Amino acid sequence: MRVLRVVLACWWLNLKNLSRSAFFLLTAVLAPVLLSTIAFYMFQAGGRPGTLLYAALGSAVYGIWSSTLFGSGGAIQWQRWGGTLGLLVASPAPFVFAVAGFTLATATLGVYSLVATLAWGTLLFDVPLHLAHPALFAVAIPVTVLSLGLLGLVFASSFVLYRNANALSNMLEYAVLLVTGMLVPLSLLPGWVAPIAWVLAPTWGIRAIRDAALGGDPVFAIAMALALAGVYLILGAVLIANLERLARQRGTLSLA
Amino acid sequence: MSTGVLRRRSAEIEAVAGITFAVEQGELFGLLGPNGAGKTTTIKVFTTLLLPTSGAARVLGLDVVSDTSQVRRKIGFVFGGDRGLYDRISGLDNLRFFAELYGVPVGEQRRRIESLLELVGLRGRERERVEGYSRGMRQRLHIARGLLHDPPVLFLDEPTLGVDPVGARELRDVIADLTAAGKTVLLTTHYMFEADALCDRIAVIAGGRIVAEGTPQELKAGVSEARVIEIEVFGDAEGPAAAMRTLPGVRAVTVTTRDQAQLITAETDPGAELTPALLAQVDGAAVGRVAVRETTLEDAYVALVREA
Repeated sequence: MRVLRVVLACWWLNLKNLSRSAFFLLTAVLAPVLLSTIAFYMFQAGGRPGTLLYAALGSAVYGIWSSTLFGSGGAIQWQRWGGTLGLLVASPAPFVFAVAGFTLATATLGVYSLVATLAWGTLLFDVPLHLAHPALFAVAIPVTVLSLGLLGLVFASSFVLYRNANALSNMLEYAVLLVTGMLVPLSLLPGWVAPIAWVLAPTWGIRAIRDAALGGDPVFAIAMALALAGVYLILGAVLIANLERLARQRGTLSLA
Repeated sequence: MSTGVLRRRSAEIEAVAGITFAVEQGELFGLLGPNGAGKTTTIKVFTTLLLPTSGAARVLGLDVVSDTSQVRRKIGFVFGGDRGLYDRISGLDNLRFFAELYGVPVGEQRRRIESLLELVGLRGRERERVEGYSRGMRQRLHIARGLLHDPPVLFLDEPTLGVDPVGARELRDVIADLTAAGKTVLLTTHYMFEADALCDRIAVIAGGRIVAEGTPQELKAGVSEARVIEIEVFGDAEGPAAAMRTLPGVRAVTVTTRDQAQLITAETDPGAELTPALLAQVDGAAVGRVAVRETTLEDAYVALVREA
């Protein structure tokens, strides 16, 4: 109960804080709209107009991913710059759950991207918004947000110790976009990519959302995304506990 | 709150080179020292943000390394400066957030926050975004945040830094009320009159070591064997000051600029009436105010840090 309150408090605070950041909102809304526009033209040029919703959903999940990655690194870095990181660490609240609340908020804000992308596609490219399993679609979205948010927790842990972990997060943005099937089906990628894709939550998130929208069985993908969320939470907790201790040894918690 | 022999060592700098002190319950203890002396490092060790490379630090008998989570529940800390708050949300939202982090029961949060807003004088401004707060208001919000969970021990690291004189005086009243309410406080400050007015006991730290410890009166007494003569000079003061240093009975001479004038402060042996001899050294410059005064904590501090 106490842990849940900490997660909720950090989630709500970051949601409120970032919702007032024009820079963050603009990035979260514009980037996927630009990507979806490119995808729509590519799919139209390929003579496959029936796959427009497929492209729209891929772009939308990319938006959640981009927001999570950008925000989860920022969740630690911005706190360090603002002088609040030390206050968080020195509070009795379990630090890992505080960080989880922050990264889940950035994933939640990615839902803006999903709405913006789908609205953009519907209004300008006549993307049909027919959902095969509306109820499962409604489940797939929060599960995707949860799993991506907790993947963000794993990335955020590196920022606890390293002040310049941005390089890692910037590098990962497009790599993950490619290997998880957000833009192109996994079947078109080399075989060695598959094991990497399986351990990344966006792979199962996009599969769950697409199966729920376009017809298919999203239950397995939803279950996989949830299972990975659990793994990320455990991994994040171990990493953050160790990196926090290292940061306390090196005295880097309050360095901007 | 007490330390064993505390050391904090890094690759290049030994920030705290083995200090030992104990603070009694309900005491307001001042840690004074120049920039880089090791004050903030010491506070970071106590607030569990930094692990000592050797030695031990205890708060209410709890070890900061092995009993970290218990220590965190018992302490509050306030750092001076603009940082440490969420600027885009209101002061009230900041307090609500930290109340949740510290596990303040929901039923108590509202009452606690209201009384703290009253205590720090922010009532009526709590719904405004923090980005619009003045430095003084931020500092008050910091103090309210540090007191949310009613900790018995408080660490205040330069809490009046950059606050205007009126705001700083009000903050000092708030700090004085804390010990009246039974809190144990460890305070660092660069303002000697502040330390003199607030602290029950003081430790002067320089180069990572404690060079003196005692009540403000005891520290002043350490140098009060000296007399302090202040001479206001309009014109060259460095030449006369150099000549004054050679006079028998003169211990130290400093020169500070004050608007158009220069203030020569000479510390002399007690009993020696050196004022005429000192004035004789001021040749060719107009002399303004001349005063013989009591030793201040600042005199004691300057002497201690110089000797260190």
